[in-house]
Amino acid sequence: MIFNRVLKDKIAGKTMLFLTILACSSLLLIFAGLIFKSLPVIEKSSFSELLFSSKWHPLKGEFGMLPFISSTLWVTGVSIIIAVPLCILSAIYLSEYAHKRILQLIFPIIDILAGIPSVIFGVWGLILIVPIFGYSILSGGIVLAVMIVPVVIHVMIEVIKTVPSELRDASLSLGATKWQTIKFVVVKKALPGIIAGIVLGLSRAFGETMAVLMVVGNVVKIPHSVMDAGYPLPALIANNYGEMMSIPMYDSALMLSALILFIIIVVFNVFSRLILIRIERNVGYNS
Amino acid sequence: MDKRKIEESIFKVLMIISAITIIVSLGLILGSILYKGLPSLSWEMISQTPKGGYYLGKEGGILNAIVGSVLLAFGATILAAIISFPIVIFINVYNRQNRWLANIIRLTFDILWGIPSIVYGAFGFTIMIFFGIKTSLLAGIVIVSLVVLPVIARAIDEVIKMIPQGLFDASYALGATRLETSLKVIARQASPGILTALLIAFGRAIGDAAAVLFTAGYTDYIPTSIFQSVATLPLAIFFQLGTPFPEVQARGYASALILTLVILVISIVARLLTRKYKKFKI
Repeated sequence: MIFNRVLKDKIAGKTMLFLTILACSSLLLIFAGLIFKSLPVIEKSSFSELLFSSKWHPLKGEFGMLPFISSTLWVTGVSIIIAVPLCILSAIYLSEYAHKRILQLIFPIIDILAGIPSVIFGVWGLILIVPIFGYSILSGGIVLAVMIVPVVIHVMIEVIKTVPSELRDASLSLGATKWQTIKFVVVKKALPGIIAGIVLGLSRAFGETMAVLMVVGNVVKIPHSVMDAGYPLPALIANNYGEMMSIPMYDSALMLSALILFIIIVVFNVFSRLILIRIERNVGYNS
Repeated sequence: MDKRKIEESIFKVLMIISAITIIVSLGLILGSILYKGLPSLSWEMISQTPKGGYYLGKEGGILNAIVGSVLLAFGATILAAIISFPIVIFINVYNRQNRWLANIIRLTFDILWGIPSIVYGAFGFTIMIFFGIKTSLLAGIVIVSLVVLPVIARAIDEVIKMIPQGLFDASYALGATRLETSLKVIARQASPGILTALLIAFGRAIGDAAAVLFTAGYTDYIPTSIFQSVATLPLAIFFQLGTPFPEVQARGYASALILTLVILVISIVARLLTRKYKKFKI
């Protein structure tokens, strides 16, 4: 009997270890798969041609991704410019000023916002944003900004919470006003975490597909202003992946764009997570 | 002196405006979906599959997409839970001393969480082509379970991490093995949190469009086996809005309303469960 129980325990442990290793290696598996699939197009044309040429003619075998890369940068940039001030100000307000009642009202709202599927954001963009700004980079940026707000605010509030209250007290007792304390002590202390939150939002904005796809216009050209239509990388994959089999190299080029997204997002995520882990650890030491 | 006060009050106004902007944007999203979707929402929409000429404005509904989405999200959530629960138990019970490994695994899940579902979808589609698998409910479930796996794993992890050491010690002192402790003590103590995690993941899975785009396919029929293609709500919305006919677009908005309501209900139930859980916490 005892032998049975211990054996069961051991077998379960081994199974769990196996699953854990499997889950951890899935990241490497996806990475390897994407590289493997995008090799043909990389071998055929040079990197500089793929990344910095704007000639996108799959039928002729030309895969210049500059229009898509620059569209992605434009849309992400616009969304960050809108979302960051909104997030910093709200996060400070919610963690330093707001009454508990207000928190009880606004936290569920942020949670619900975080749970809304991207298609719904896209539909909202079609109903409300596109009639005003047209199918443009700006519309995509606005929709994206609202989508990343919950992610960024959540991180920022957590980070501001970790600033020790002794620091605030010390500043206040020196005669600083509450706002001065926030500006020179709290924000300064929380800055790495705030940046980590922004980078996390940035990476979320980078990969967002459906909502942007629905409002950004999907025109293959390099945008020159926020009112131009754009065609970000995720939209490129989503729009063309079903029919790529008929054109040689097309699937490889699309996989390369997925690989670009993957690398950028992993780098951003690792960067911000390491900062956040360090902050969390420091809090552990202080308390 | 006054200058400092003025600066503070200016910024305070700005802060309140930002907070209100966030509330208002949720209101605008829900309001505009409700306004556009409600007129075409009917019993027919949610009780019938598309009839011939549905995408030209003829009668029918989106029951195929509703059933498809629920099946897909349910399957993906269960599959992801089956995979992630042992992993969380491993890092929190079996390998409790090894903080280093736990942190690596948490970091991996955080990164997996950040990877956009379109990358999972495209990757999954490539693998399906490689093995010659057609789009099906099963393929959709597998890919979407990858998308929600980090969500479930991190959420369950957060709950189990909070369980006090004393509970482990008490169970071990009674002679229970680690497996018995995990299943009979830890899982039970964490069950409300696990349920919340499952609900959050279900909400994520039902709303995901990019991952099912190439893997689950689309069909006008309710699937009878997991090897058939299946329609999903987000794609139903997307396709209906993509048609040039106003009647079909209106039904697209109504479908969006249905999806929004489903998500809202899930999110409210999850919230209530969390509150209940807090009450019984040791």
